[in-house]
Amino acid sequence: MPEILFESAHIAVERGAPAAMVRLVGDWTIDHAVAIDCDMAATVAACEEGAVLDCSEIGALDTTGAVLIRRYAEEIEKAGHAVLTGVQGAHKTLLEVISSAPPEVSTEPEHMTWYLVPLMQAGAATMDSISSLGRLLSFLGLVLIRLIGSLLNPGRLRLIPILHQMDVVGLRAMGIVGLISFLIGAVMVNQGAIQLAKFGADIFVIDMLGIAHLRELGILLTAIIIAGRSGSAFTAQIGSMKLHEEVDAMMTLGMNPIDVLVLPRLIALVICLPLLTFYADLIGIIGGALMAWVQLDITPANFFVYFRDVISIDHYWVGIIKAPFFAAVIATCGCYQGLQVEGSADALGSRTTKSVVQAIFLVIALDALFSVFFTAIDL
Amino acid sequence: MDTAPDTAKTEDAAPIISVRGLKTAFGDHVVHDGLDLDVRPGEILGVVGGSGTGKSVLLKAIIGLLRPVEGEIEINGKNQSLLTGEEARAARREWGVLFQDGALFTSLTVAQNIQVPLREHFHMTQDLMDDLALSKLSMAGLELEAACKFPADLSGGMRKRAALARSLSLDPSVLFLDEPTAGLDPIGAAAFDKLVRELSRSLGLTVFLVTHDLDTLVTVCDRVAVLGDGKILVCAPLKDVVDYDHPWVQEYFKGPRARGAGIIRD
Repeated sequence: MPEILFESAHIAVERGAPAAMVRLVGDWTIDHAVAIDCDMAATVAACEEGAVLDCSEIGALDTTGAVLIRRYAEEIEKAGHAVLTGVQGAHKTLLEVISSAPPEVSTEPEHMTWYLVPLMQAGAATMDSISSLGRLLSFLGLVLIRLIGSLLNPGRLRLIPILHQMDVVGLRAMGIVGLISFLIGAVMVNQGAIQLAKFGADIFVIDMLGIAHLRELGILLTAIIIAGRSGSAFTAQIGSMKLHEEVDAMMTLGMNPIDVLVLPRLIALVICLPLLTFYADLIGIIGGALMAWVQLDITPANFFVYFRDVISIDHYWVGIIKAPFFAAVIATCGCYQGLQVEGSADALGSRTTKSVVQAIFLVIALDALFSVFFTAIDL
Repeated sequence: MDTAPDTAKTEDAAPIISVRGLKTAFGDHVVHDGLDLDVRPGEILGVVGGSGTGKSVLLKAIIGLLRPVEGEIEINGKNQSLLTGEEARAARREWGVLFQDGALFTSLTVAQNIQVPLREHFHMTQDLMDDLALSKLSMAGLELEAACKFPADLSGGMRKRAALARSLSLDPSVLFLDEPTAGLDPIGAAAFDKLVRELSRSLGLTVFLVTHDLDTLVTVCDRVAVLGDGKILVCAPLKDVVDYDHPWVQEYFKGPRARGAGIIRD
């Protein structure tokens, strides 16, 4: 009886001359792969100067098992020679398929040194944001050229898609825009009244509500809601059309994607956002008035008499004049990012995120510019 | 016929897939009604039929993505509708499925795609999984440089091969292929046909293959099943199917394209 150097459920290593005998037993299939792989180190250690691998006692064999046999042979080869014997007829083809080891190839995308990664990311992000702003501007120019062309030749405008988009981005947004404006108006009066009451000036909460809501909050909130709601939808719709080559198909059919996809959305949003802003202003003031009634005992009639005295129509115009500009920014960002989608479903997701972040950022930046401008002209 | 395959060895064996009285429907629209089909171990069965005869629906019903209205489907002698969740999971490990467009996960590299099922079912070392992934890739006839590429960077033919490598990763005994050569150029399609045949022979795979491609039927399939009128019209080696008396079968196998594929000789 030969001396057994190592034994497990799938392997038995026996001392032999000149080389050890490695008997492979049992099923060498994917179900046992983990256990077999674990035995490898001990087996290789047991056969010091090469070995003969006896495959005659293997039960079932599959490609994973064949790969494992090859790995054993390779490991043993490092110390000496490894020879396969007793290969059963049924296993022959399988072992031939797997016979040659694949060369070393990385199975993951290439990695950078850890401390270079943030530097590279910062650099890439900076370059990317500068160039994407430039591309966005040139896209805006392209859209404006098509828009002016369409206005000079109104037959090119697509009325039904515009109406459809107005329904989607305008009418159906009224619920959420109204709800949020109402709550913000009410909260502002609620919080403002508490603070102003310390100075005995709680009646001025109406001035505050009127100015803040009409000039800034009404339009800004509406624009941000629409950027999240419609801007993202624009990107996703156009992006998935891009992925399915529908945009390419359009071009070959002689349709201009800007005319078909971008202009209806842009025009619909430019018409709807001022209307939504007007509606948001109204609902916000009503919310504030109700809160004033509940908290400060100012009846709605008194509220509106005072409101008319202190709030000039200019505040309303300052707010509403910004709406078409914000609408253009949101629609341009959404459509531009949609048309930039390429390759995979991942790109669609990241472009949608980008479109919303970019639109909200640009809306707020533009709002700051407007604010400086209106201060300069004493409005 | 020079490519006529030898099916005698599997003639008497118990079927590996057995479908009895299958009925599938979408609402009122009945796709299959009383369909019977046997797939024998080790054979390559080609399923053909006109558009809308439910080839893909049959495949989906067999692999359990679609619940049949009536009928029984047995795979390896197990009735698929009676399996518990855990049994069904174990049974699914026995099959590989190649979807029409590959259905590779776009956010993972090709090698990671192949390793997904390994990761899901086993706790192997990364080294072993890399080795296995590369072995499957070379079995599928793909250059190993493709391992670290993303599916979006591959051509259609390479994507098919990568998807085939993934479907082989759990060493299945049955392979389901949904239109494997659709969208490939004739050379790529012929190479893919050859690959399927070689893999099936060397690994002893049973292949269930849905196709439109006459060349595939000629070069790869041991038997051909023709779907029509919600049933299997005929299921036999190609040379017998060609003579089957049914208008669709006659038009399909005696049309100009069949002439090109060398099914009939003048």
